Amino acid sequence: MVLMQGNEALARGALDAGVRFFAGYPITPSTEIAEIMSVELPKVGGKFLQMEDEMGSLAAVIGASLAGAKAMTATSGPGFSLMQENLGYAYMTEVPCLVVDVMRGGPSTGLPTNPSQGDVMQARWGCHGDHPVIALAASSVVDCYNLTVRAVNLAERFRMPVILLSDAVVGHMREDVTLPEKIEVVDREKPHVPYEWYYPYDDSTTAVAPLAPFGTGFRFHVTGLTHDRAGFATTVPAEVDRAIRNLKRKMDRFRHEIIQVEHAHLADAEVVVAAYGICARAAEAATVEARRRGYRVGFINLKTIWPFCFKLVQRVAETAKAIIVPELNLGQLVREFERAVCDRAQVVPINRVDGETITPRQILDVIGELARPGGGA
Amino acid sequence: MEKARELNPSELMHEYLRHKKRFPHLWCSGCGIGTIMGAIIRAIADCELDRDSVVMVSGIGCSSRMPIYVDFNTLHTTHGRPIAFATGIKLARPELEVIVVTGDGDVAAIGGNHLIHACRRNINLTVVCINNNIYGMTGGQASPTTPQGKVATTARYGDFERAFDLCDLTAGAGAVFVARGAVYYARQLEKLVAQAIRKKGFAFVDVISQCPTYYGRFNKFKSPVEMLYWQRDNTVNVKAAPKMKPEELEGKLITGVLADRDYPEFTELYDELIADLAAGRK
Amino acid sequence: MVVVRFAGYGGQGLLTAGLILADAAAVYDKKKVIQTQSYGAEARGGASRSDVVISDEDIIFPKPDHLDILVAMNQLSVDRYSSALAEGGTLIADGTYVTTVTFPDCYLVPFTRIAREKLGREIVANVVALGALIELKGVVSKKAVARALEQRIPQATLEINLKALEAGVKAGQEAAKAREKAEEDYDIV
Repeated sequence: MVLMQGNEALARGALDAGVRFFAGYPITPSTEIAEIMSVELPKVGGKFLQMEDEMGSLAAVIGASLAGAKAMTATSGPGFSLMQENLGYAYMTEVPCLVVDVMRGGPSTGLPTNPSQGDVMQARWGCHGDHPVIALAASSVVDCYNLTVRAVNLAERFRMPVILLSDAVVGHMREDVTLPEKIEVVDREKPHVPYEWYYPYDDSTTAVAPLAPFGTGFRFHVTGLTHDRAGFATTVPAEVDRAIRNLKRKMDRFRHEIIQVEHAHLADAEVVVAAYGICARAAEAATVEARRRGYRVGFINLKTIWPFCFKLVQRVAETAKAIIVPELNLGQLVREFERAVCDRAQVVPINRVDGETITPRQILDVIGELARPGGGA
Repeated sequence: MEKARELNPSELMHEYLRHKKRFPHLWCSGCGIGTIMGAIIRAIADCELDRDSVVMVSGIGCSSRMPIYVDFNTLHTTHGRPIAFATGIKLARPELEVIVVTGDGDVAAIGGNHLIHACRRNINLTVVCINNNIYGMTGGQASPTTPQGKVATTARYGDFERAFDLCDLTAGAGAVFVARGAVYYARQLEKLVAQAIRKKGFAFVDVISQCPTYYGRFNKFKSPVEMLYWQRDNTVNVKAAPKMKPEELEGKLITGVLADRDYPEFTELYDELIADLAAGRK
Repeated sequence: MVVVRFAGYGGQGLLTAGLILADAAAVYDKKKVIQTQSYGAEARGGASRSDVVISDEDIIFPKPDHLDILVAMNQLSVDRYSSALAEGGTLIADGTYVTTVTFPDCYLVPFTRIAREKLGREIVANVVALGALIELKGVVSKKAVARALEQRIPQATLEINLKALEAGVKAGQEAAKAREKAEEDYDIV
């Protein structure tokens, strides 16, 4: 057992998952991750690079990944905005990498040292064009470790960037943690065919085409232009359609494996509190207290935000009267809940944008308005 | 690459092109990029690089389409960022030979910051800037190297801004090797690129090129050939320059190797650090 | 569950104090601990605070809405956070800077003056405060704090920090005695 900071656990998770390349630009409240990686990476033969800006950081990360390294960067809102350009490139070219966004209040420079969850929709729709997204959200120091390992594994397995959302509280919070002794580490698949048969974007045999590192005899082309299965630009409508749909198909097929949600007391819940990140902690505390007081309250912690756990929320809406969605923004993920629920249950947002966290008491007050002890209206 | 060296220049080109798959290319007739591609390929052959170990990285623009046609590991990146991508590749795997092909808009406007910091960092990359003084792919807008007074679609009355001298810029930012070539002097260019590849550290080659479709048409050049003659008449070799009078040098571009010096290289310093840590020396 | 807040200006070592207390409680006293912090853009000056929650059971929400102990290093922190103290809570303030206190259960101990005059380094006022805190309120054992200091503080300044801890404990004892005496005096009156 050790006392560890969220950002510290995150860096440890990345190292244990096999990350050997980090490029980044200093930004509060993510900076500790870069600082720790700069110390630890060269000790394990890895490389750390402080770039001139966030565009360059993610560019270097993608380059290193194409050269075969497990690679990552870490930033906060303003830097995440700057990274959208090359994040889109990584989606398009299907290059695995981890992008950590330790969220702060926004827009713009906002509140550098205060938490927010303002980047939920930026994580989903920040890049131009249509593409699938995997975004995880950490709500504890242990999460910072475990979800980083998972994010790196998902990136390698599905050959795409994975976003890990944290925030100023989770990133800087210290908790006593016991890290797992053994973790599963996934490495990207490499081609098993001769050079002449290799298509870096071939989807005919497996959903995720193997990716050959540069310099290993597979001299292929990578471009941010819409490309055919060989990687060369195309404007042939059938090929373009196939390329874009394939990005999504990959995700649809494995959606059930990607979505990870923690929940409790859903079976008898009259009201369900659904949250992610730091708000999930308040939601859980409120749920425990409400149940102690005799309210039938359930709890969901979305450790995967994107793709959204549509089916689970739909199931919850069949039995629960209301779903409370606390967020440190003016209502971002709540829209997905509304879409899933379709008026079958009441969706009640709790929003806070003053730089402070939502408290269990705030949630308890709303539970009190929606339900009665013992259940029933 | 012993075999390649025995081939004549034209055969050698075919040896390194993806010509069965990707041609015809998209460049206009009279464009300088093809000549530069030939010079780069001959330089790579001259340096006897294993093609599997060569990575060609480019950004966005006409020049940046070059990686499509060459049979190396090729990466066509986002606008202005090729040096940053190349930096990641090189640091992750220093044994790869990373060559960046870029244009004046790509490297000096949107990518200017990456350029100067790569010079400062002194990472072992070769950057070839195809400098045609205009944005070709988007249809002839002014670039940071458009000469003052020259016409572009976004500078119909003549460009007000001063042009960047990219050799001065990179030399000032600390590049250990800086050279200027021109399409007109294709064989000299080949040698300059080969020198840049062999140089340990950040090497920059500025290549005077011609865009007859936009720059030439807007600025009263009658033909691509006339643009090439302009290159001949407005350049002075760095070796000849010291013997010339100031008025003879007025408005002339100096070609040849403009800076060649030594400074510790980034990936080597990093590998030393790794070795020191492993041996408990740090 | 005990909730402790260290509050003062940035540069007064509040984050370190919180970290040492959290480390002592978690690693050496085997408690469940969460430490959070809040600070401004300034590396020096500006409002800074560090909260430590210590419990025998799992702590679900890291930021309780009340405080049990407030260690205030300046007047601003007293004014701002006294109202967050729960009934039965305790305010321990740096008497060097704090002149006005309104909370009933309160100790004024001149942490900064002790650090400056007895230890020759103002920078260790935070550890003096830590010593006074554990003497007056328990929370964690002195041994645990000393071990956390050994673990987290660079070798070069460890000795002065350990001395600061002792000085803090002693100042705490004196403050407790003074309070006792004052209470006796009050009873007589």
